[in-house]
Amino acid sequence: MIEQQREYVLRTVEERGIRLVRLWFTDVLGNLKSFAISPAEMENALDDGMIFDGSAIDGFSRVQESDVLALPDANTFEVLPWVDPKGAEARVFCDIAKLDGTAFDGDPRQVLRRNLNAARAMGFQFYVAPDIEYFYFDPPTIDSRPIPLDEGSFFDLTSSDITSSLRKETIRTLETMSIPVEYSFHEDSPSQHEIDLRQTDALTMADSVMTFRLVVKEIAALHKVHATFMPKPLEGVQGSGMHLHLNLFKDEQNAFYDGDDQYNLSTTAKHFIAGLLRHAAEITAVTNQNVNSYKRLVPGFEAPIHISWARNNRSGLVRVPVQKRNSDQATRIEYRSPDPACNPYLAFSVILAAGLRGIKEQYELPAEADSNLFEMGDDMLAKLGIEQLPQSMSDALRVMERSELVAETLGEHIFEWFLRNKRAEWRGYKTHISQYELNRYLRSL
Amino acid sequence: MSDQQPDRMLAVFPDPAPIDVARTLDLSGYSWKAVRSGDALEKLEPGQGWAGAIVDCSQDPESGWAICRALRRRENPVGRVIVLVTGAQLPDLEMRDDLFDDFCLAPVHPRELDSRLRHLFYADLAISRESLIEYSDLVLNTETYQASFGGKPLDLTYMEYELLKFLAQNPGKVFSREVLLSRVWGYEYYGGARTVDVHIRRLRAKLGEEHANLIETVRSVGYRFGQSRWA
Repeated sequence: MIEQQREYVLRTVEERGIRLVRLWFTDVLGNLKSFAISPAEMENALDDGMIFDGSAIDGFSRVQESDVLALPDANTFEVLPWVDPKGAEARVFCDIAKLDGTAFDGDPRQVLRRNLNAARAMGFQFYVAPDIEYFYFDPPTIDSRPIPLDEGSFFDLTSSDITSSLRKETIRTLETMSIPVEYSFHEDSPSQHEIDLRQTDALTMADSVMTFRLVVKEIAALHKVHATFMPKPLEGVQGSGMHLHLNLFKDEQNAFYDGDDQYNLSTTAKHFIAGLLRHAAEITAVTNQNVNSYKRLVPGFEAPIHISWARNNRSGLVRVPVQKRNSDQATRIEYRSPDPACNPYLAFSVILAAGLRGIKEQYELPAEADSNLFEMGDDMLAKLGIEQLPQSMSDALRVMERSELVAETLGEHIFEWFLRNKRAEWRGYKTHISQYELNRYLRSL
Repeated sequence: MSDQQPDRMLAVFPDPAPIDVARTLDLSGYSWKAVRSGDALEKLEPGQGWAGAIVDCSQDPESGWAICRALRRRENPVGRVIVLVTGAQLPDLEMRDDLFDDFCLAPVHPRELDSRLRHLFYADLAISRESLIEYSDLVLNTETYQASFGGKPLDLTYMEYELLKFLAQNPGKVFSREVLLSRVWGYEYYGGARTVDVHIRRLRAKLGEEHANLIETVRSVGYRFGQSRWA
């Protein structure tokens, strides 16, 4: 199959007159990186990989030598639909390897591969479907405030406005790039939109999220609009989350489903949820990796604050949607804290690892928190044993630093680099004097 | 690229070939060699034999018709012979019907020559059409790995292409996920039957809303491409 796949890619490059093949990979912070090769180099790239200097890539630096190998994953080869066909271009996702061909520790895609292999060793396939929220704004300049393009809100039928037509064009492009869309709508905040992707295996989905973010931005830019996945760009309205619908399959069966259980939840599902809850604080620095992420995780905007689970309570961290019909395929778990600015490879890795740990250690699932937690006092929450997610990046890093689970999941290389990089980000933020402080204190103190 | 033309050699008399003929053949992507005489015809013949010939009888009719006879009198006579004659020479064609397959008035009009060649080689092209799988507006070329829908290229990943090819080769038949997985992906693939669902959804998305129903879900069985034969 590998040989035919290679043949297919090379033949397509020729037949479609591809001028450039872009080799895509992802740095530790989740930024899409790319370098282009000519069609003539493609055969060589597929056979032996392409050597490049990784020292300029965030999180790729190594002490001894900086050269690494990009190995194209031929099944991700795809013609880029927004490029002028006269100068056609294609992209292919790459795994990054050391020069001896073994996996490079700094590559997030290899980290996810390693964790998916661990799940496979337990007999599980991990499937993910994200609901991705984002905003459209006027193109920002330095120091400018974000300017929304419309005043619509949740499910508004704003058919005439530009952002809805942008969204439609985006969906068409996604679908030509092998990313089927399940739903899409105008979200609650002005100029905020949500696109829900259909479930795929986690590696394909992490690739799809990377492609998704680029497509949304590219299509917006073609219309001189700026699209952003910043978790909380506007004060006082909802931020952008990336709720993740999760499934494990075993022997072609949904491992989360048990028709005999009152919630239709299998023991595996309960252990998995328990694992997510027990390790939620430790993995939050990865699922919510920016200073700004924590301005979304505040009360009053439908983002989770408390480490709890429930069936139809949207204030919880883990939701188990009640099914319309008694279908084994539909039973799934929704993890609600991640935001769309995370690194999907690393976020999927730590979420999977937390859940699997729950299965391995047979963690017991705490009681469902079915009342509105936002309205509960702290003493009541304490009595129920419900803790909060980290309140700031600094808090999240402190918990992560002590987590053996996260260190093991990410590997020492990324674990240490990530902590170092994010502490530096926090220091930069901590020493910044904000407009809020000036307004509040300058005259009164 | 000469993907429209069979990759076979034409003989052109005389040598050097008439300039209009040479240009037409080059532009249309035919391979050809100019031959001066019956000897050259034998000497220059490629391994798989001449695919056809263009014989200009307008300048030197005697040698021209001699070449035509040489082409036909071989153990494996060369088919697809076009002769070029002037208007005044049209009566020469009588009684020589066995020596040529078509004719063109000299001086040749490039369009006309091209059309006559294409018509003569239609049978060859039809053979190469065996590598095409067609269903309604969908065309898959198994030689070039390219797919198109309604004449527009359809960009597919390798597995999407293989799945669509398998389905389109077996229209109207229902396949379970397990069968598709083993026939298209191979048994060694560890992705599980859900991979099939994922790829079916991607194909439907790429075919577009109006044509997504080309691939039907047959409840609790699997998938079917195109109309049921019993519908």
